Amino acid sequence: MRTIAVVGASLAGLRSVQELRTQGFDGRVVVIGEEVHAPYDRPPLSKAFLAGTLPAEELTLADEDFGAEWRLGVRADRVDPHAGEIHLSTGEVVRADGLVIATGGRPRTLPGTEALAGVHTLRTLDDAVALRADLQPGSRVVVVGAGWIGAEVASTCRSLGLDVTVVEAAPVPMARALGPVLGSLCADLHADHGVDLRLGVGVESYLGNGTRVTGVVLRDGSRLPADVVVAGIGMEPATDWLHGSGLALDHGVLCDHGCVTGIPSVVAVGDVARYRTPDGTHVRHEHWTNASEQPVVAVRNLLAGTTLDTFRPSGYVWSDQYGVRLQLAGETTGADEVAVIDGSPDDRKFVAEFRRAGLPVGVLAMNNPKLFGRMRRQLAVV
Amino acid sequence: MITAGAVDDLPVGESVRVSTPDGAIAVFNADGEFYAIDDTCSHQDASLSEGWLEGCFVECPLHAASFDLRTGVPTCLPAKKAVRTYPVVVQDGVIHVDTRSREAVA
Repeated sequence: MRTIAVVGASLAGLRSVQELRTQGFDGRVVVIGEEVHAPYDRPPLSKAFLAGTLPAEELTLADEDFGAEWRLGVRADRVDPHAGEIHLSTGEVVRADGLVIATGGRPRTLPGTEALAGVHTLRTLDDAVALRADLQPGSRVVVVGAGWIGAEVASTCRSLGLDVTVVEAAPVPMARALGPVLGSLCADLHADHGVDLRLGVGVESYLGNGTRVTGVVLRDGSRLPADVVVAGIGMEPATDWLHGSGLALDHGVLCDHGCVTGIPSVVAVGDVARYRTPDGTHVRHEHWTNASEQPVVAVRNLLAGTTLDTFRPSGYVWSDQYGVRLQLAGETTGADEVAVIDGSPDDRKFVAEFRRAGLPVGVLAMNNPKLFGRMRRQLAVV
Repeated sequence: MITAGAVDDLPVGESVRVSTPDGAIAVFNADGEFYAIDDTCSHQDASLSEGWLEGCFVECPLHAASFDLRTGVPTCLPAKKAVRTYPVVVQDGVIHVDTRSREAVA
């Protein structure tokens, strides 16, 4: 291979470039990134950056360019993998004989809010800048969705002294990942810090004054006044530019156990990659660690021209909210037993083990990084 | 010099966090060798004394940046800046950390 194009210039794209060089590829690397910013770290966008305690310069992920051509502020509009052509929004065509797809995803937006100012999603630096500018003293904030992002935004807004209501359609937040007991603990965290948490109720409509959002109407009829609304309702993988490319798409780019697509010269990494697990299902992970780890395997397989390595996720996720450090690793969704093995949830300091058929498959810790670090290394491979 | 406790209290593979007025220091026993570095990860607020020790490297407990205990230099993202390292002296079974380098740059 002489030229490899990396489409997507966030963590998964940057890590792919790093791995290409680390693994000895000395040819031409062209990186195409829709955002104008050089690769930056997204996790602080809902935390320290949003709070105003971490400046944008500190988010930069790399101090070097790895000898790659960085085409930032440019979209890849479509690709012809067989011809090795990537068509850019500028009208240019990049020719490459290898392709890394690292386009991530776009946050889901709230239906019916398209014309209303004051309604935000949070994924990019520009999103965070816009949201932060809207968080004025006295602003009343409604967060829709009590997942990781929603909880972190609510926490940061509370730390800024703002009134916050969190609306979650499910009866228990985070129940799919954490189960009902530990999910309820996340609900308690919101309540502990003065957040008005509305569980088990969806949004009926949004109120506006013609230009700006003024409130949220819930399905139970209640009306929440709002100056700012933040959607934390998940994302959609960014695959629109791949339609017609011949690559298999299904809620992501379908690839094999080594992140290789149906075409050996095309791999996918990060939030957009839906890879095959040992039990034959396809999964996608939307986490920092996944975007950092997958390129090691994907690049090796890309350079080898065949799938030599299998991706094994660490499944590590962290969240900082309300001064509490949450860490999660392994598999939690398929567990048949959850046991607190150290500390106590009431003290907001504990470690819980998720077991399947008696084997430890997942671990969740609150404010106990040391024991968490030991336990995640003892998890059974599932 | 600050005292980081008795050798007997820091077995192989263990670490201890020592508070000082100028910020905490983490002291490690890596296979019988003692190393001292700044305790706070250069990336974000996390205590490296709570990290995972493997050979001469400690992995940050929060975001998995790995630091070389001998040089303080990170080996991978998300950390980019080195943490400071300090000489360690063992005398009469007690671990001492030489923090004079801090004064020199202060």
